[in-house]
Amino acid sequence: MTTELDVAYPARKLAARLATAACCAAVAIALVPLLAVLFYVAKRGLGALSVSFFTELPRPVGERGGGMANAIGGTIELVLLASAMGIPIGIAAGLFLAEYRTTRLARVVRFSADVLAGVPSIIVGVVVYATVVVRMQHFSTLAGAGALAILMLPLVARTTDELARTVPDSLREAALALGASRWRIAIHVVLRTAAPGIRAGCMLAVARVCGETAPLLFTAFNNRFWNESFADPTSSLQVQIFTYAMSPYDDWHAQAWAAALVLVAMVVVLNLAARRVLRGPKPA
Amino acid sequence: MIRLAVICFLACVLALASPFGCSRANPGPTESSPRMLVGAGATLPFPLYSKWSAEYARVDPTVRVNYQSIGSGAGIRQVSDGVVDFGATDEPMSDEQLDRAPVKLVHVPTTVGAVVFAFNVPGLRDLALTAEVAADIFLGNVQRWDDARLRALNPNAALPDEPITVVHRADGSGTSAALTTYLATHNDKWSATAGSGTAPRFPVGVGAKGNEGVTAFVKATPLSVGYVELVYARQAGLPMARVKNRAGVLVAPTLDAIDRAAKSVSSTVATSTERVMLLDSADEGAYPIAALSYVVLPRDARDAGRAEALARFLWWAVHDGQRFARDLDYVPLPPALVARAERALRELRVDGRPLLPQAAERW
Amino acid sequence: MVNDPAAISPSVRPIDEAPRASVDRSLVALGGAAACIVGLVLLALAVSVLGMALPSIRELGFGFVVGRHWDPAHGDLGALPFLYGTIVTSVVALLVAVPVALGVAIFLTDLGPPPLRRPVAALVELLAAVPGVVYGLWAAIVLAPLLRTTLEPALEAHLGFLPMFRGPKVGVGLLCASLVLAVMILPTVASMSREVLRAVPTELREGGLALGATRWDVVRRIVLPHAKSGIFGAVLLGFGRAVGETMAVAMVVGSRPEITGSLLSPGYTMTSVIANEFAEATSVLHVAALAEIGVLLFVLTFAFNVAARILVAKVRGSESATARDVPAREDHEAA
Repeated sequence: MTTELDVAYPARKLAARLATAACCAAVAIALVPLLAVLFYVAKRGLGALSVSFFTELPRPVGERGGGMANAIGGTIELVLLASAMGIPIGIAAGLFLAEYRTTRLARVVRFSADVLAGVPSIIVGVVVYATVVVRMQHFSTLAGAGALAILMLPLVARTTDELARTVPDSLREAALALGASRWRIAIHVVLRTAAPGIRAGCMLAVARVCGETAPLLFTAFNNRFWNESFADPTSSLQVQIFTYAMSPYDDWHAQAWAAALVLVAMVVVLNLAARRVLRGPKPA
Repeated sequence: MIRLAVICFLACVLALASPFGCSRANPGPTESSPRMLVGAGATLPFPLYSKWSAEYARVDPTVRVNYQSIGSGAGIRQVSDGVVDFGATDEPMSDEQLDRAPVKLVHVPTTVGAVVFAFNVPGLRDLALTAEVAADIFLGNVQRWDDARLRALNPNAALPDEPITVVHRADGSGTSAALTTYLATHNDKWSATAGSGTAPRFPVGVGAKGNEGVTAFVKATPLSVGYVELVYARQAGLPMARVKNRAGVLVAPTLDAIDRAAKSVSSTVATSTERVMLLDSADEGAYPIAALSYVVLPRDARDAGRAEALARFLWWAVHDGQRFARDLDYVPLPPALVARAERALRELRVDGRPLLPQAAERW
Repeated sequence: MVNDPAAISPSVRPIDEAPRASVDRSLVALGGAAACIVGLVLLALAVSVLGMALPSIRELGFGFVVGRHWDPAHGDLGALPFLYGTIVTSVVALLVAVPVALGVAIFLTDLGPPPLRRPVAALVELLAAVPGVVYGLWAAIVLAPLLRTTLEPALEAHLGFLPMFRGPKVGVGLLCASLVLAVMILPTVASMSREVLRAVPTELREGGLALGATRWDVVRRIVLPHAKSGIFGAVLLGFGRAVGETMAVAMVVGSRPEITGSLLSPGYTMTSVIANEFAEATSVLHVAALAEIGVLLFVLTFAFNVAARILVAKVRGSESATARDVPAREDHEAA
């Protein structure tokens, strides 16, 4: 390294300038397409949003108007149901991983969670179709939510695991000295200490499955109407965007943009909320 | 906190367990919530089915018919898997497919559509095609718009000196089946290269999903040509080729021309075979690539209530529902095919007994 | 507030020994059960995909992986066109995205003006969360026509001597899919790389600066070599994400199972063929073949994710991540 620094200082200074400029250029190049996506979603989406988009059901093919009330409701229902399944199990599994981190079970499960997090979501859809949908003999909201819950599980478990491990052992020892048992410590000390981070992690996991489309194609399917029960197929914003984007109708394209705007808004709000939770109450 | 965790855990265990508890014995609807019938399949009749779905919700408020257009191939698969109440296809199922299905299935003809060649060439509104030339375009043997054979058929058209972009279906499709069966009878090379059926192998072009996808792609891409159902091309404002029929006449895909195809073909074969194709009518005014669309459903009902609701809907569709056909460029079923549909519906059974009255004229 | 022991102590009050022990046991069992569920879900996924693929594995054997034809109607099934499409789109996406993402990461840790770093970082994180189907919508309606009218003719005019830039100019195709993938994995790779660069100890940077190095010298001679394997890990994670992405690719890839050697021509990927054909495959062999593509996909993403994690963990070492970063990173890793 010393030999490298023998190069004349002005030359190195110039190289530094150029490198900085290159990095700024990279940021610009990166942000252009990304902002273009957001810009189009905002521009076309806002132009297509209307009251009926939020209150009406889709119209028959080729007829203008109608809305996606059932798709908005469907996405929310799917995500809530998936959270009800995925978050409690995920947090419990994560706490177990952190508190019994050296056991063989924990190591195996941690590795499984990492692998599960990388499995393409379409495979989850295929498996849920083959195991749940075919056995139940109908597409259902529940099957779709189950597929999403499988995607949430590893995210929540690993976040909880990592955060719980950052809780200092001194706190655990203090509680142990007071006579608390390990699971009381896990719940009252560790979970409570790591709560804001875990809450944020859950929000991010929810935000991520909000946009998952592939696993819903063969599970929650789609529905022109409101689903009457969890056993019925349901519409969702994600699948509607896909269906409408692939259609030849300008009106449907416009509605796809509007749906994209609503979906992106949901994801962004969840992300910002997570950030807020992480930052916690501002110090006085 | 502990209690909360336990409650959450039990709740999700219950939530997971409940679908398995009530899997087969799907509870019927209560008075307040409508019954949901799920259908999936062909994209060719989708505009009509989605109209029926909206109208029937008014006719019988206790029933909702949720139809999703995901392709004829998918309709066949999913009704065979038993995950939908009915499938829809424009290509009747093969004997092999029927044998493999775990339950006995019934075909009910519902409507007649036409497969048209929709194209997007700036400045060109009219195009004449024969089956041979169309086949060679889709085989990649005719590659440019100003090919000599196209010029010979269209002496007055301003054909550009540009390559043809062929758009075909990427999913299993009854529209593909109708087209390829038709082309195979007119072009010897077709069967060897592309084959016929719902999933042919197109040697050139770009794949798109559903009639919707092909139409959207042709609409967005200059110098392209694709094959879609008539109503898609019309709703997208795309020009359609006139096609030379068996009598040697160039016929545009109009309702009248499809009507004639449906009437002439159905009157000859409707009584002999269970499954009917309406291709290649000998009538001189008939459009040659007409397709009969079917709903496929299990003959023996799993759930009497749902089966009856579905039978009622289909009975309505093949009678009253036909009046919506013309507005959407479909041809109402000719009487011979309505009779066929009635016969198919009367085959439906629940617990071994017929679901519908056998003799009644109207039910 | 949460670290205040006073907030904790009241809830740890002693209670009767016997019920506590049984509650404790049952809670441990619950936690263990939850952990097992995670493992079992993975096992169930793997086993059932493999089970579905068995007929194809038995009947087609290894020929499936190298078969160039995909003709379900005649039972002639080969996965090579899909492997090819997946690898080509992912590699091109990486070639486009990685240099830019690295630039962004270095900007965020070392070279960028400090006041700009935070907002840019926040924006990048946010963009990583935009759903794939929205990128697909944008690609199908905005990007593909743009490619058809401008980029593809330009590529053929200037680089047409290379066969990979010759072909039909129809917008959709491998190039369009690669570009949308590049846009999608850019935030992932950028924020993972930033994570890795930040883990390089400050003392090393300060040492370099004290010796008279410029900030760029420090990055080039100290930070990058130190973080090399971690950055490689981030790239592998990006690759894993590109391979697994389904919807955006399915919407613009052109859906043709063939190998042409041109980037402009339509192609197919493993995920998009499953999305398109799984619902409609009627023959046993067709379903099994699609499931086998799923198995290949599983193995591919498994290998890349495991390799990536090992590499990233090596750099991060025992460095304890602060609570603030963890959820955000998890989010990207998983995607």
